[in-house]
Amino acid sequence: MFEFFKSINVDWMGMRRPLTMVSIAILLAGLGSAVGRQLMPGGTDSFNLGVDFQGGTVITAKFRQKPPEDDIRAALQAQGVADAVIQSSLDKPDEVLIKVPLFESGEAAAAPANTGNTNQSSNSQPAAQSNSNTNANTSGQPGATTAQSVDESQVNKGREIVKKSLDTFGKEAEGTNTLVDDESAAYKIVGTDSVGPVAGAQLRNQAITATLLGLAVILFFIAFRYDWTYAAGAVIAVFHDVLVTLAFFSIFQWEISLTVMAALLTLVGFSVNDSIVIFDRIRENLGLHRGESLYNLTNDSINQTMSRTIVTNGLVLLAVAALVLFGGEVLRGFSLALFVGSITGTYSTIAIASPIAIWWQEKLGAAKVKEPQVAKSEKIASASRRSVTRRPVTR
Amino acid sequence: MKNTGLWIRTAIIIVITLIGIYLVFGPRTRPTSADFTWSGIKKNLSNNINLGLDLRGGSHLVMRVKTEGYLKNLTDLNQQAAVTAANDAKLPVTGTDVAEPDKYEITLTVADPAQVDAVVAEVKGKVDFTLWTETKSGNTVNWSLPAQQQAVLKEQAVEQALKIIDSRINAYGVKEPTLARHGRPANGQILLQMPGVDDPERVKKLIGSESKLSLMKISGESFQAYPTKEAAEQSLGGSVPSNKRVMAYSEKDDSATAATPAPEKPKQWVVVDYPAIIEGSELRDASAYSRTGNNNDYQITFNLKPAGAAKFGDWTGKNIGKYLAIVLNDEVKSAPVIKGQIFDTGQIEGKFTKNSAEDLALTLKSGALPAELEYQEERTVGPSLGADSIEAGVEASLGGLIFVIAFMLFYYRGAGINAVIALVLNMLLTIAALIMIKSTLTLPGIAGLILGIGMAVDSNVLIFERMREELRAGKDVPSAIKLGFDRAFITIIDTHITTILSSLILYLYGSGPIRGFAVTLILGLLINLFSAVFVSRTIFTWQLERKPNMKTLSI
Repeated sequence: MFEFFKSINVDWMGMRRPLTMVSIAILLAGLGSAVGRQLMPGGTDSFNLGVDFQGGTVITAKFRQKPPEDDIRAALQAQGVADAVIQSSLDKPDEVLIKVPLFESGEAAAAPANTGNTNQSSNSQPAAQSNSNTNANTSGQPGATTAQSVDESQVNKGREIVKKSLDTFGKEAEGTNTLVDDESAAYKIVGTDSVGPVAGAQLRNQAITATLLGLAVILFFIAFRYDWTYAAGAVIAVFHDVLVTLAFFSIFQWEISLTVMAALLTLVGFSVNDSIVIFDRIRENLGLHRGESLYNLTNDSINQTMSRTIVTNGLVLLAVAALVLFGGEVLRGFSLALFVGSITGTYSTIAIASPIAIWWQEKLGAAKVKEPQVAKSEKIASASRRSVTRRPVTR
Repeated sequence: MKNTGLWIRTAIIIVITLIGIYLVFGPRTRPTSADFTWSGIKKNLSNNINLGLDLRGGSHLVMRVKTEGYLKNLTDLNQQAAVTAANDAKLPVTGTDVAEPDKYEITLTVADPAQVDAVVAEVKGKVDFTLWTETKSGNTVNWSLPAQQQAVLKEQAVEQALKIIDSRINAYGVKEPTLARHGRPANGQILLQMPGVDDPERVKKLIGSESKLSLMKISGESFQAYPTKEAAEQSLGGSVPSNKRVMAYSEKDDSATAATPAPEKPKQWVVVDYPAIIEGSELRDASAYSRTGNNNDYQITFNLKPAGAAKFGDWTGKNIGKYLAIVLNDEVKSAPVIKGQIFDTGQIEGKFTKNSAEDLALTLKSGALPAELEYQEERTVGPSLGADSIEAGVEASLGGLIFVIAFMLFYYRGAGINAVIALVLNMLLTIAALIMIKSTLTLPGIAGLILGIGMAVDSNVLIFERMREELRAGKDVPSAIKLGFDRAFITIIDTHITTILSSLILYLYGSGPIRGFAVTLILGLLINLFSAVFVSRTIFTWQLERKPNMKTLSI
């Protein structure tokens, strides 16, 4: 039998104070970064939110002969886009990500004429302006009077403006043509993400609501299966993990997109999973060693499951490391979030979830500590009873 | 007795595995020998899995029907119709309206207070005010639209827009489009997904184009065009009366295309009589045709419905020698002189390109959208970009999986084989389940798959570590296996239920990509209870069956 840990005996709970300090330090650094960036005049935002959450346009363009980034930036500036972000793809040298921020409503009106309707484009712009200050009674067609909203101009114009800028480097392979089909073309837009501010806010709110509700459900389920103190410990640990990950995203200004949201949800899953494995062992040990203090029981439980913790989380971490290194540009944010999250998820179970659970229980007084709940199902109940009576102490 | 149980378990596993293999790799048509070759299997696999737009390429559009614009327009039209109805009946009134979000009101002021009831009767005979709340005071009548009825009308507008968009994209020939309401109903949002379309500009134009045709009369006896809008207004004495309109006249103006944007300003302006003789709703059919066959020489011919044709025939008969204005989207496209009575056909002249003429004919036919659309979200993924994402994601995941398998075999020896079987089965069945419920696999979905596999590995590790502990504590092999499974099962159930519950919430409250994540995760976890616990335990039981007195377990 090959094993990493045969029997370890570490006083984890004795280290809770220094460990908590580490967490607090990271969280403070994240908070400092978020607040500092916000307050600094002309500084960046707290978080580098992707277009998914704040609106904007990202164009992925594939070039036959990639022009220097500065030239692309200059071409965009000529079209009135001052603060575009140009990002070369690391793994695909001929592709460029161009991120155009949200237009202000004023800017949108001043921006070059839109494509509009086939036959209406020539007068749509003046019509929209003149109608807005004429009496409603003289209005013509449905909607023709409504001023163009920011959403619409963003979504319609983002791609168009980038295309216009890029056209200075040669023409695009349009429609279904690829660069191979159309030999005279210089580039092709292979991907667009254009999100208006309303849709962005909607996506953001939806993601936050869903995550918080999900956490609430976890809280109730753990409280039902274990105890409120454990539930609180697990959920606080999850919050800790998400916050630490976000702290890294703020400090290093990694972009937060919808896929990063998926990664945060994944790490919530892993973190809770980890907490439950240890809680389950504490619950079992509570039945086995009635006289033992909770402090020692928690230490024992962590030590007993350490082998599993190392194997599982080590495997996950290595798999995620593969994603970070080889997963490509599209998955970069996702992989980074998972990488940070899988480390803190393991750590928080030991340093946050368990200490909170036992601290709270000790507060309640040893006498009030709940008996381990015997599971409802007959099969599970008999299994745990047997291990209570027959299983020798494994320490 | 015990043996039969084992056989039944084995049979269940084999049947489920075969079903899974069929769902994932099997052909949906009559199998041929090609289906058993490597390339045939690959082809079936890609046919069976329904990839999301982010992986296969396509367009994703979220648009909103500007329902407040619809209500505003309705209010304006009703107000005008009411004033016209009363004035036509020789009951002089003036009308005003308020059209703001959440507040839509029409007020008629009757010149002679004694005629108020007569006006109301006259107006209600001509204009539909059933949904409106009526209040009379002094010499005014007021109709306002209650919030509840606003919601009803908005809902109707969105549904109608959905139908029109549907007919337009179907006629355009988009393959397997997804068109559905999006978000909360009150938002009036519509989601359109078009696989394989990576430049949605033409579709967007087609969907959003207002394309409203009306036939009007050029004011006066002869055709008179003005160089500027102001000059045209000046000819009417500086202000435009309610029965006239000043419109741009751009004869034979080719339509704008993406390649040749924004035509120059219209050169001329004309005055036309209002209201129109014939509106677009009287249109029966429209089609594009070219006399010469040149791409830039297309015209649109249209036919009117019987009632409209009768009206038009009647009118043209009375107005021979006058000028007709064929108005498209508030712009006069042509102004032919009426040479004789015309009944049901007409044409819109202009140097349209083939595409623009066809699109225009299509939008004219499908009717006008009830309100303008605004695009809130547009995502396009080129097929190559989607393929790259798959490649990177799949390669990294497969690399991870191979590493995990190697580790499990090394660390847990014989028992590692159980884990590997359980893992591979978990992947196979999760994909099979996705195919079965016809769910699409997206990038976040792959993330869910990875998390599911992570939890599957964890289940195996939990079981094996527990068995090792029991063995270390001096248990014999059969009871170590039994205790390992029994104890670990409690933990596995708790972790799985927690994650399934929170994923359910994500599914219920999350948006598209988050849902994809939740679906694959839930399926992966449910299947894991089968593969990691049931299947793995059956394999251990087989080992025990063969050697009942097993002294050591390869773990």
